Amino acid sequence: MLALCGAHGALYGQAQKWLRYRLQNRIGAQQRAGAILTMYRIRFHGRGGQGMKTASRILGMAFFLEGYEIQDAPRYGAERRGAPIFAYVRADDQPIFERGIITHPDLVVVADDSLVPVPAAGVLGGVDQHTVLLINSDQSAETWQRRLNLDSRIISLPAETIERDELRFIGATCTGAAARLLGVIKRVSLEYAIEQELADLSDAVIEQNLSRALLAYDCMKRNQACVQPVADTEADAYTRPDWIDLPFDDARIAAPDIHAAANSVQIKTGLWRTLRPVIDYERCNRCWWVCSTFCPDGAIKVDGKTPLIDYDHCKGCMVCVAQCPPHAIEAIPEEVAQQQDAEQETIR
Amino acid sequence: MRRILLTGNGAAAWGARLAATDYIPAFPITPQTEIIETIADWIDQDEMDARMVTMESEHSMITAAAAAAASGIRVFSATSSQGLLYAMEMLYTVSGWRAPFVLVNVSRGLASPITLEPDHNDVMAARDSGFLQIHCSTCQEVLDSTLMAFRLAEHEHIRLPVIVNMDGFYLSFTREPVEIPQAADIKHFVGDYDAENVRFRASAPVSQAVAVLGGAPYSYFRYETHMAAQNGLRVYDELSTAFAEQFGRTYSAIDAYRCDDADIVLVMLGSFATKARAAVDRLRAAGHTIGLLRPRLLRPFPVEQFRNLLAGKAGVAVIDQNLSMGMGGVLHAELAGALYGDAHAPSRLLSFIGGLGGRDISLEEFYRIAEVTRTAVDEQRTPPPRLLYTEQELREMRKLQAVASVERDELNNNGKLSRD
Repeated sequence: MLALCGAHGALYGQAQKWLRYRLQNRIGAQQRAGAILTMYRIRFHGRGGQGMKTASRILGMAFFLEGYEIQDAPRYGAERRGAPIFAYVRADDQPIFERGIITHPDLVVVADDSLVPVPAAGVLGGVDQHTVLLINSDQSAETWQRRLNLDSRIISLPAETIERDELRFIGATCTGAAARLLGVIKRVSLEYAIEQELADLSDAVIEQNLSRALLAYDCMKRNQACVQPVADTEADAYTRPDWIDLPFDDARIAAPDIHAAANSVQIKTGLWRTLRPVIDYERCNRCWWVCSTFCPDGAIKVDGKTPLIDYDHCKGCMVCVAQCPPHAIEAIPEEVAQQQDAEQETIR
Repeated sequence: MRRILLTGNGAAAWGARLAATDYIPAFPITPQTEIIETIADWIDQDEMDARMVTMESEHSMITAAAAAAASGIRVFSATSSQGLLYAMEMLYTVSGWRAPFVLVNVSRGLASPITLEPDHNDVMAARDSGFLQIHCSTCQEVLDSTLMAFRLAEHEHIRLPVIVNMDGFYLSFTREPVEIPQAADIKHFVGDYDAENVRFRASAPVSQAVAVLGGAPYSYFRYETHMAAQNGLRVYDELSTAFAEQFGRTYSAIDAYRCDDADIVLVMLGSFATKARAAVDRLRAAGHTIGLLRPRLLRPFPVEQFRNLLAGKAGVAVIDQNLSMGMGGVLHAELAGALYGDAHAPSRLLSFIGGLGGRDISLEEFYRIAEVTRTAVDEQRTPPPRLLYTEQELREMRKLQAVASVERDELNNNGKLSRD
């Protein structure tokens, strides 16, 4: 009974808050009548576990609260944590009939800059001069501009919005910044969207996400509304798809088999890592089996009794960190670890 | 009534919940799992009064669903792709039991090669099973169709299981605004399941669908099932009228969009059809008289309605998101069968295969389909079926093959394969 009261109380509280929100902001379809009738298309790129799906949902919800019709969706394959994933949001004054992957984005948000050069991640797909690229990176926008040689506007997330050891909030930071770049999402809508989408999490976590998203929103004031949607290709002026007749190949070629042996070794899944497990050999009690047995990727070899992590293939899932009985494995943000590597190199 | 953001999977779960489902046998499979996770969560939180049992396979799941339905309660289940195929023996079997329930299928391409992304070959494999099929194009439609499906399945002149189909990813994982009707309104619309003589009970044995030898009794039972399925056309029309009156959303057996004055018509199933609809609007803006037909009912197949809607049209392009090996697009063949011999049938019926394994169809490709169909009409010549596949895609495929193959040298030979 108590639990029931609690649930009702929470629901009641939410309803009250919602009502207050509606009254304060007078959100409704009428309010948006007469606005520009063009669709916003936004794509988020990140790695599994960085919260890109949630980021797209927060932005979708924020648009919805502003009275837009929306569509948000994640896209991923069988691999999850650490693998390149993306999510997308469409928002329009009209019902949305377009579906699937966004091929001509107005805004591309990149939570992890190591994805930009990965072809399979498709970060730059369909990016043209009207697209705005928002990149979470230590490198400046100018550096990226030179590196990519694009006509697009590139914005780097300002350093003050990110504490490097707080990568788990990067989704919220990116969403906050994106909301401001779009220029049609009020601060209060962003706030309410975060509360809605993260409702299952603790108040403390919601608060941390909120503060980061709002900080990013405020920091982007200079770039407010720099994202502008474009019209679609018109039906009387389009480029014909270069359809071909598929040639017949014998089964020797056309059966979906991989003949080259052990080629998965060539895929450096270590590039997916956002956290690096580092073994403290002072603490390691040379049990010879726990970490290597639990590693889901077989990326820990034991040489005699000494475990060695294969960083080319360790995806940074941190299962070993959790399992190690003497707590001899530490999780270090990959960026920090790489900096330390570089410093070591210099000293040498 | 509330309007919230829901995925297709979430909408299916809401359909099961609002229809006051009693029993849900379940087995997880991507991209369907979120449906049973959502329902399990509700049952756990006492928000839904139902019993869920996780089975050891889809074969058992369908058996349990039909056995439970045969005891006179309301049953819901969901699967996808390989799961639907694994259950196939029981799909054909339980429709003959004449015990109604609703099965949501989240379409996903079939192995081999294995994939997670959508096409309709899975649900097409169930085409002749005796399950009726409703195909959805939006998340709202998934919710509404699930509710309608219970009434269709349980109707005294039908009493067959119904599949509600949605596309994986494009609907299952995509959030859209969805109106959740009031539970009381739904109760009024869906009503209670009157199980009539269906009452399989403990200690009261019933031999369900006995063996028959000799073709005559077999023919009787099979043809009765076929006629029950065909009754679905009339019942569905009544049902969609009743639904529209109560909820203001119209779902005809065939959704006809801008077809009245069209001379070129696209025909397509499922969520990709909304992309076709967007293309139709833009083609209209450029002065083309084009429309779109989207069958919601695939079984029973609305033959008469197709004939009427396509009477006097110049050209029709069927875009099949499936492939019958050695024949081609299933919907194209079915439509050709429906139109054959009709005096007013369109003279050009073109076949396009697209969207296999989630392969996207671009706006430009719809424009081109319209153009090719127009040319076929003007030149009075029907081109051969066309797979939507670009030169760029073949180039990328050749690159993958080069990586995967020891025949790399041959593949590098100007991108063409040479024989020894």
